Amino acid sequence: MMSRFSSVPFPLRRSLATTVVRNPQIAIIGSGPAGFYTAQQIFKGHETAEVDVYERLPVPFGLVRFGIAPDHPDVKNCISTFNQIAKNRRFRFFGNVNIGTDVNVEELRKAYSAVVFAYGAADDKLLGIPGEDLKGVYSARSFVAWYNGLPGLETLNPNLDTDSVVVLGQGNVAIDVARILLTPVDILRTTDITEHSLASLCKSRVKRVHVVGRRGPLQVSFTPAELREMVKLPDCRPVFSKTNFEEIRQMSQEIPRTRKRLTELMVKTALDEPAPEDSARWTNARKEFHLNFLRSPSKFLPNSDSSGVKAVQFHINRLEGDRAISTGQTEELQCGLVLRSIGYRSRPLDEQMPFDSATGVVPNKLGRVTGCADLYCSGWVKRGPIGVLATTMNDAFETGKYVVEDLLSKPSIQDQKCGRDAVIDILRQKGVAVVSFEDWEKIDATEKKHGKEKGKPREKIFIIPEMLSIAKN
Amino acid sequence: MNFLKRFRPLILSNYLISTLRLTLCQRSVFVNNSRPSQLRVRHLRIQSCLLAGEYEYQDPKSPEEIVNVVFIDKAGRRIPIKGKIGDNILYLAHRHGIELEGACEASLACSTCHVYVHQDYTDRLTEPQEKEEDLLDMAPGLKQNSRLGCQITLTKDMEGIELTLPQITRNFYVDGHTPQPH
Repeated sequence: MMSRFSSVPFPLRRSLATTVVRNPQIAIIGSGPAGFYTAQQIFKGHETAEVDVYERLPVPFGLVRFGIAPDHPDVKNCISTFNQIAKNRRFRFFGNVNIGTDVNVEELRKAYSAVVFAYGAADDKLLGIPGEDLKGVYSARSFVAWYNGLPGLETLNPNLDTDSVVVLGQGNVAIDVARILLTPVDILRTTDITEHSLASLCKSRVKRVHVVGRRGPLQVSFTPAELREMVKLPDCRPVFSKTNFEEIRQMSQEIPRTRKRLTELMVKTALDEPAPEDSARWTNARKEFHLNFLRSPSKFLPNSDSSGVKAVQFHINRLEGDRAISTGQTEELQCGLVLRSIGYRSRPLDEQMPFDSATGVVPNKLGRVTGCADLYCSGWVKRGPIGVLATTMNDAFETGKYVVEDLLSKPSIQDQKCGRDAVIDILRQKGVAVVSFEDWEKIDATEKKHGKEKGKPREKIFIIPEMLSIAKN
Repeated sequence: MNFLKRFRPLILSNYLISTLRLTLCQRSVFVNNSRPSQLRVRHLRIQSCLLAGEYEYQDPKSPEEIVNVVFIDKAGRRIPIKGKIGDNILYLAHRHGIELEGACEASLACSTCHVYVHQDYTDRLTEPQEKEEDLLDMAPGLKQNSRLGCQITLTKDMEGIELTLPQITRNFYVDGHTPQPH
């Protein structure tokens, strides 16, 4: 281009150069639901904007692939929507690229009209109590990542040679891990659970799982469908202590609609005779699912040779309104495995990017990052790591809407930016093996093929070099 | 028609639907060779060889089949549509470009097709399954007249039904609660 221009007098050269308005290029960091749904909104609202989705792993879809339990395949149906979004010719996937180390946020901002943070929450909240680093104490998230094949977690080797497990926290993740621990292995065999975790679960001695919360039944965060699954689980009996529920039954009128059915199910299971279809199953069940309330963990106790955790010590609480107040009494629960399911935390990608470490989110208003006209955020990194798929979807739509609104108000923004080629150059110089969406489809096809041979929807690959070698063949 | 009603609520992956379609089409070839009085049955069976959502793309074949539906979108715009008996609300909305998401593709595994049903029509719908109620409990902005669009199949009785799409609200929790420090 420059050689053609060099014979043209300077003022004319400038005006020739500015007649072409380049399509806005948007970078989205993270290829989970937040990333894809934001991309969808941008395509819908803007006719020419192009979207590049960056993903740290060679494989896309984030928690849809790594967070949704293997026995909940229907929730993953949103992947067909994501595939359609990926087929848009304005969409481009950059897999195996780590924003922060391979290329940083500043370099993205120089190249793209807008950068959207949609990378979720990769860290766990810690309790900060003695014994938290004992063998046998893990975050529930690592356990989920272990059975879902997140690269790096295959060496977790959680201790399943125990009859009792304590799960701390009463959200849907806590219920998911309890369910995977208690579900008959033959049911798990036909899901996309990873081979190595299935082998461990086949040898599991776990008979009893306690899902423990600091507060009472009216403060649980899990949702009715998940609880109902536990109550109907084959070869498993729900054990809910009556003392937590008698008073709640009295006050059933005051419970808001969204909690009513959930609370009624817990109360009925705790206080009433089992329904005929449940009675035989509960009597003959070899495994137990416990809900323990008003217990805050204070210490993890090691066993005699300090090879791992032996018990959890709890403070017993009472409720004042919605708040848990310690009564001063304590209690111990014996267990060989503890899964801490008390929530996630986001972290900044590098030191320069705007991030509020107190709240653990990127400071923003409606998805527009405070004080930065070209930065946006979507999903858990925007409003905190809470909510189901629908919540993230609605949230991503909100961000997408404002990205489009801002792009439409400054149509020649991309002219001030150097474009994605600058980023591609940086990646090439660093020798990063970028995985395209077509490359991912080869990995996808291989997983499905191996899965079919075993009667599973897919056999997940969790070794990154293996993913890359399939992608690049 | 009954065939569709029976099959669609089941959890059908695209793979299963294709297999079903093949089986059904093979069966309809069988019926092809039988007596002319079987013609009506054959027509229905061929019609059943449809992927989820394709039925809604067919126009009503007669005025008796028409069921008028009004969608009210997130901006408050009224969008009147001519549906027909047997149409699934989610796929009907998709046909007409109405912004009703169906992330799990009508398999009762999400709450993204949440709609508010006009109060005059709430009792003309079939009672929700327990699974639908469980999912509605998770839907942002839940109200008494909330239903999942993918579970509503049009009948003549629903003539004139109005379905409102929920607003996206900021700072919502799944149960409308604002978190207090604890």
